[in-house]
Amino acid sequence: MSEESAREVSVASDCLPIVDYLQLGEDPHLVANECTNCGARYFDRRNACAKCGKVEFAQVRIADEAVLKAFSVVHRAAPGIPVPYVSAIVETGDGTSVRANVLGLADPMDANLGMHLRFSVYSCGLDDNGTECVAFGYTVV
Amino acid sequence: MSDAVWVLGASMTRFGRYPELDSVDLAATACMDAMTDGGVTIHDMDVLGAGTLFQAGVGMGQRVQKQIGQTGIPVFNVANACATGATALRTVYLSIMAGEAEMGLAFGVEQMGKMGLLRGGEKDEATLFEPAGRYGAVAPIDGILGTETMPGVFAQAGMEYAYNNDGVGFEQFARVAYKNHLHSTLNPLAQYRKQFSMDEIMGSPVQSYPNTLLMCCPTGDGAAAVVMVSEERLRSMPSETQKRAVKISASVLTSDPWVESGQVQPDVNTLTRNAASQAYETAGVGPEDLDLVELHDCFATAELIHYDNLGLCERGGAGDFIDSGAPFRDGQTPVNVSGGLISKGHPIGATGVANVYEVTTHLRGEAGDRQVEGAKVGLAHVIGLGSACGIHILEKAS
Repeated sequence: MSEESAREVSVASDCLPIVDYLQLGEDPHLVANECTNCGARYFDRRNACAKCGKVEFAQVRIADEAVLKAFSVVHRAAPGIPVPYVSAIVETGDGTSVRANVLGLADPMDANLGMHLRFSVYSCGLDDNGTECVAFGYTVV
Repeated sequence: MSDAVWVLGASMTRFGRYPELDSVDLAATACMDAMTDGGVTIHDMDVLGAGTLFQAGVGMGQRVQKQIGQTGIPVFNVANACATGATALRTVYLSIMAGEAEMGLAFGVEQMGKMGLLRGGEKDEATLFEPAGRYGAVAPIDGILGTETMPGVFAQAGMEYAYNNDGVGFEQFARVAYKNHLHSTLNPLAQYRKQFSMDEIMGSPVQSYPNTLLMCCPTGDGAAAVVMVSEERLRSMPSETQKRAVKISASVLTSDPWVESGQVQPDVNTLTRNAASQAYETAGVGPEDLDLVELHDCFATAELIHYDNLGLCERGGAGDFIDSGAPFRDGQTPVNVSGGLISKGHPIGATGVANVYEVTTHLRGEAGDRQVEGAKVGLAHVIGLGSACGIHILEKAS
């Protein structure tokens, strides 16, 4: 999904999130499994905490605001993936690292380390049944 | 138990592309040459360590034995990302240290051909969205939720360093590639041996900014092998053999400890720092004692951050380090005088053994035009994503 075709969507109830840690509905956001002992956060399902080894987790919401910690402007990708795009590692306001694209830059080289960003969702296509997939990224504040 | 393990013989094929050969041919060539170099035969070997990544399931060690000698010794077939070769080497090292073997052979091999871009899923045209995998993804996420390609992942690692430290940018990353291409012109075993200007490097097609094409290692074919021997057995060998032997002062393997960002961006730093501190402690040397370093420059951005991770520069000072000329062949701490992965090549399983070959060759004073004069101590480093880091510190026989 290129930045040009990215668009904000009103998330319908039959939309599917691109990954299961993206929660849709009226207020789309990311969620993580947080270790109740040490606070380490994970986007995948867990057997135990990789930091402390404990086994209890609670689902928490990830903050929407973020800072750009690292990026790459990707010009070469597998067939079918539109380039260039800005791949990013962002740090959200609650200290969680997220990997996603930076969306909506007129020129990908306008990306700057430390720039302030905000979580956003967009449609990334329909399947053969007409079900819409919703992805997320970060736009410049 | 052995007191120490020494390199007795070492060899590598020239890295490149060998469509007429297979991995067994390449590995057998390197093994035979390493044993000849050490003045020993397969009948002297008590153990074999075999490293290959893309053919990890085929029993490469046994296939090579069927070319060089089936003597019934134990074979350890290992795969550990880009640290595969170093892991094969360390497996044999451990067998000798444990007293199970007096002498052993380790090889690494890979045949990649023109494999091109590593990682990154091809985007399928949508059929039906079905959640799958650990993240319940309904479609391939590469290119949608950031990049999974190697040039991109290592670009981000370099840019994170640039975010946290001054004096690091596109030009510093490019200078790393300039150095390694320059170094490779002196190495007859390098896949590419062509010098490029800074303008050519910075102007070559961008793969994943800041990594341009000339800042990325190629894929290719090749093999390397090392014969190792116990201290006790070495002392029973002719004095000329003993003089050419090189001591393995430290052999370290680490994995990545938990860090907050590790689930979204492979952490190539912490495990390298941990391996380096363990290696320096074990060998009783510090970074200031190193006469040459072969480190894992899969991309120019990677080499720069490993100056810092290996303690070759002040903390945060990797930009100044490359700008000062310190890692050039005639600098304070020559880094990748072989041409590095960027120009010597990176047939993945072979790399960790090949950089031990390179350091060994310099410590013996046998590196020809690229010789680092008077080299006595060297370090070989590899890192594979996932992650695994191998470091070997080698010392010239006194």
